[in-house]
Amino acid sequence: MTATPLDKRLTAEEVVARLRDGMTIGIGGWGPRRKPMTLVRAILRSPLKDLTIVAYGGPEVGMLLAAGKVRKLIYGFVSMDVIPADPYFRKARQAGSVEARELDEGLLQWGLRAAGMRVPFLPTRTGLGSDVMTVNPEFRTVTSPYADGEVLLAMPAIRLDVALLHATRADRLGNTLTQGPDPFFDELFARAADAVYVSADTVEDQLALDADTAKDNRYERCFVTGVVHAPGGAHPTSSGPLYGWDFKALKAYAASADAEDGWARYRTTVIGADEASYQANFSGLDAIMALPMPVF
Amino acid sequence: MRNDFTLAELVIVACADAFRGNGEVLASGIGTAPRLGAGLAKLTHSPELMMTDGEAFLVENPVPFGTRPAAPAFSGYMSYARVFDIVWSGRRHVMIGPLQIDRWGQANLSGVGAYDKPKIAMLGMRGLPGNSINHLNSMFVPNHSTRVFVEGEVDIVGGVGYNPARWQPGMNRDSIDIRRVVTDLCVMDFEGPDHAARVRSLHPGVSFEEVQAATGFPLIRPDDLGETPAPTAEELAVIAALDPRNARASVFKDNPPGRRAA
Repeated sequence: MTATPLDKRLTAEEVVARLRDGMTIGIGGWGPRRKPMTLVRAILRSPLKDLTIVAYGGPEVGMLLAAGKVRKLIYGFVSMDVIPADPYFRKARQAGSVEARELDEGLLQWGLRAAGMRVPFLPTRTGLGSDVMTVNPEFRTVTSPYADGEVLLAMPAIRLDVALLHATRADRLGNTLTQGPDPFFDELFARAADAVYVSADTVEDQLALDADTAKDNRYERCFVTGVVHAPGGAHPTSSGPLYGWDFKALKAYAASADAEDGWARYRTTVIGADEASYQANFSGLDAIMALPMPVF
Repeated sequence: MRNDFTLAELVIVACADAFRGNGEVLASGIGTAPRLGAGLAKLTHSPELMMTDGEAFLVENPVPFGTRPAAPAFSGYMSYARVFDIVWSGRRHVMIGPLQIDRWGQANLSGVGAYDKPKIAMLGMRGLPGNSINHLNSMFVPNHSTRVFVEGEVDIVGGVGYNPARWQPGMNRDSIDIRRVVTDLCVMDFEGPDHAARVRSLHPGVSFEEVQAATGFPLIRPDDLGETPAPTAEELAVIAALDPRNARASVFKDNPPGRRAA
């Protein structure tokens, strides 16, 4: 008897069907870089609600807030870099409509790492003396048991129900490559989550790599629950080295917040009913894949 | 007396001076003037500084602003994971532009008003809590005013400083070093008694009284208070090479001269 070979391929809609109201969902990438936007748009088109979102936030956070999907937000920042502050994030904060748990960027890394290591906390000086301690009232300090007796923040583990990540390439077994200049912290999101769904610009039968390319495999397939073929799936954020962020699209998204019914119109006309109609707004997949990487 | 420089060029030189003598640290200048200042420091008095291309790679030649004819030569790698490692090691100096700064050197990048429902929400704390407790920090303020330099504490403390009320016994504050604050009026530091804020130098044509009136807390006036040094011809040439498209013209409204008209 032959065992069934692994096949983790799913559609974005099948991923969303596995999500539940109230879940804690970590989203990989960083600001306007390598966000799993096809998966996020599938959430925007779904009735999911009351989510806790954990992210180095970019436009996905603003969109999920605008769509009323988020009850609680755990973040170090929400920014599109070229457009420093996300307008829907600002609106939600200024209305007090989201439970905002602001962290230092490194503390977010530490919380995910603790979850991945299956320990309750990791100690650090970062956060002491700052309002991290007051806006996260459950945070506690710990005293070093050694001769130094130093008092440190015990950064609690941030355990995720689900992580949503975007990769450059993947295969049906769940092997992934995260290419481009910076992998950010996707591997920590992967190891902190009970289930991990990865969208990728290409999905192959089985990756067959040379040694240099294999180094771009940042987390092991045992952490990958499902793989979604999503060409251009990070748009309007970047997916280096394949395509850069779409500054015009980010600007149009930000500008939509100026109008009273801005989000409703953006949801209907841009997010639309499916990815084909979404990409048609930006002259199609070929144009998205041709977006140049940004220069600083 | 030199007159042929802009206020932006004057403050870029002052920003560069903040990075002087720091040793082999990662110099991160966030924003036009701090970034040009870090590059100027590396290309003049402090070649030992480390620097990135603004994305994820180390460069020994600071990259100019904007599109480039060819990719720069990389000397190493600096992903964000490694930035965090460098932060926690203490081998970094970052210069940022916060929303608010207080008399204790504490900084706010999160928003103005109460945390639960701020009047103005901005980015979030980013790396301020970790940066400020681990390594050198400086700040750039293009609009020196009591709205930035607030009377009490900043509304949301991201970057920590020298406020004793915020610290408990056993917490290690040894690495806190709020080095310089460069503004459109002056250069400040926290080298007064018990880290009190001081004016270190006044930009040409600015009086101490003007600076004090634009600051929400008392400032110390050192006996030898002098003028912020004007850029040299060499410094102006380096700045021009780092900024061929003149992004520095937008640092201040109307790009004023470095020496005010009498």
